[in-house]
Amino acid sequence: MNVTRGFTGRPRANNAGLPPGQYDAGDDWPVLSAEVTPDLAPADWTFRVDGLVAEERTWSWEQAHALPASAYEGDIHCVTSWSKFGVRFGGVSLDAFLDAVRPDASATHAVAYSHSGYTTNLPLADLTGGRAWIAWEYDGKPLPAEHGGPARLIVPHLYFWKSAKWIAGLRILDHDEPGFWEQNGYHARGNPWEEQRYSGD
Amino acid sequence: MTETFVPPTRFAVPGRIAVSNRAAATWQTATLTEIRRETPHAATFRFAVPHWTGHLPGQHLMLRLRAEDGYLAQRHYSIASPPDDAGHIELTLDHVEGGEVSGWFHTVARPGDSVEVRGPLSGFFAWPGDRPALLIGAGSGVVPLMSMLRHHRARDLDVPLRLLVSARTSEALIYAREYGEETTPVFTRGAPDGVPVGRMAAAHVAPLLAEQPPGGWEAYVCGSNGFAEHVSRLLVEAGQPVDRIRIERFG
Ligand SMILES: Cc1cc2nc3c(=O)[nH]c(=O)nc-3n(C[C@H](O)[C@H](O)[C@H](O)COP(=O)(O)OP(=O)(O)OC[C@H]3O[C@@H](n4cnc5c(N)ncnc54)[C@H](O)[C@@H]3O)c2cc1C
Repeated sequence: MNVTRGFTGRPRANNAGLPPGQYDAGDDWPVLSAEVTPDLAPADWTFRVDGLVAEERTWSWEQAHALPASAYEGDIHCVTSWSKFGVRFGGVSLDAFLDAVRPDASATHAVAYSHSGYTTNLPLADLTGGRAWIAWEYDGKPLPAEHGGPARLIVPHLYFWKSAKWIAGLRILDHDEPGFWEQNGYHARGNPWEEQRYSGD
Repeated sequence: MTETFVPPTRFAVPGRIAVSNRAAATWQTATLTEIRRETPHAATFRFAVPHWTGHLPGQHLMLRLRAEDGYLAQRHYSIASPPDDAGHIELTLDHVEGGEVSGWFHTVARPGDSVEVRGPLSGFFAWPGDRPALLIGAGSGVVPLMSMLRHHRARDLDVPLRLLVSARTSEALIYAREYGEETTPVFTRGAPDGVPVGRMAAAHVAPLLAEQPPGGWEAYVCGSNGFAEHVSRLLVEAGQPVDRIRIERFG
C-alpha cells in the first residue's frame, strides 16, 4: 500500500517481543467479549473433557485445584492489536487434564466452550506439551470475572480469543470445527507471529 | 464429518450472517471524500470504496495507515452508514487524546487522502432489519447503532426499533440532529434545562422491556467496557434473556 500522507506513527521502540501489527498496551487490559459477563461462583464452576477420549471426566473447583499447580509467565496478544508483556497466570497445565482422559489416537482438534456458551476451536497440538493452562489466578490474585474468572483457558502462543473465558470444557474431535469468532470471519488457528487474524490470512 | 457441536449453555448465539472470507481478507483503498464535524471531539469521515461488497448495519471494518518507514497502524471502526449507500462508507471517529490513528484523522486528514480497509467483519453484532431491535450505546458506541437506525429509515421498515443513547453532555451527543421519536438520550454530566442528568439506570430500561414487541427484543449494546458491563446487567435484571444481548466493547 502507499504511504499515508502525513502519517508518522508514534515513536516506537524496537521490540522483538511484539508480533507484527501489535502495540504494547502497557498496564491496560482491555475487555473484549460479546456476551454478558456470567455470574459464576467457584463452587458452581466445573471443567469437563469429553468426546474422543478413553474416559470422559468432569472436575469440580476443588478437584481441579488438587492437580499440580502450574503457572504461565510471559506475553499475550489480542487480535484487536494490543499485546501485554510479562503477565502471570496461575492454575494447572492442560496436560494434567488431558493425561487423565487419554485422547484417542484419532483425535486431532478440540472445541473449547465456556459456561456462557462461547466456543473456539484449537488443534490438539496447540493444547498439549505445556502450551496451555486452565488459570484461576492473575498476578497472584483471583482472576476477575470480566477477564474470565473464576477460571479461563490460556493458550498464550495464539491470539487471545482462543483463550476461552469462563471455561467449561473441551470436546475432543477428529476434525476441525469453527467456533464463535471463527464462524464470524476470524482465522481457524490465529498465530500472532504469522498475523493469522481473519480467515484467508 | 460429525455434527456441529453446540455447547450445553445459554449464550450459544451463532453469527447472524456468514461473513465473506474473501472480503474479510482483502485490503482495499478507501479515498476520503468528505469530513463532517459531529461534536467538538467527533467527526464523520466519508470514503469512496468502489469495490466495497456491502455490509449489514452493525458490522465493523479494520483500517490501516502506513508511515514512510513501512510502519503500519491498524484499528477497528464501526461502519456508520447504511448498506444502501453503495460504493461509499462512513466512519465516525472520536478524537482520542494522544491517539495514533484518530489523531491523524482529526489533525492531518483531508479529502483526497487514502487509507486501506478490509471488511466488513463480524456477523454477530449485525442487524439485517428482521427482528425488533433495542439499541443502547454510549459515546462513539452509537456509531454501529446509527447504521441500524439509518437502515430502518432508508428501507422504511416497520419492525420496532428503539434507541437509548448516553452522552456526557448534549454538545457531546453524536448525531444529535438525526434522532427522532425512537430515541431517548441520557446525559451523564450536563443537559439542557429541564432534562435530568445521571447515569443510565433501570428506569430507562424498564419501560422498554415492559412494552415487548411480539417475539421480544434483540438487544445491541455498544460502548466502553464499563458501560457495556453496566447496561448488560441492567438488561438482565429487567428480564432480557442473556442469549438475546449482543455486546460490542470498544475497550
Ligand atoms: C469493534 C470495534 C469498533 C470500534 N468502532 C469505533 C468507532 O466507530 N469510532 C471510534 O471512535 N472508535 C471505535 N473503536 C475504537 C478504535 O478502534 C480505536 O481504539 C480508537 O480510535 C483509538 O485509536 P487511536 O489509534 O486513536 O488511539 P491509540 O493510539 O490506540 O491510543 C489509545 C489510548 O492508549 C494510549 N496509548 C496507546 N499506545 C500508546 C503508546 N505506545 N504510547 C503512549 N500511549 C499509548 C493513548 O494515549 C490513548 O489514551 C472501535 C473499537 C472496536 C474494537
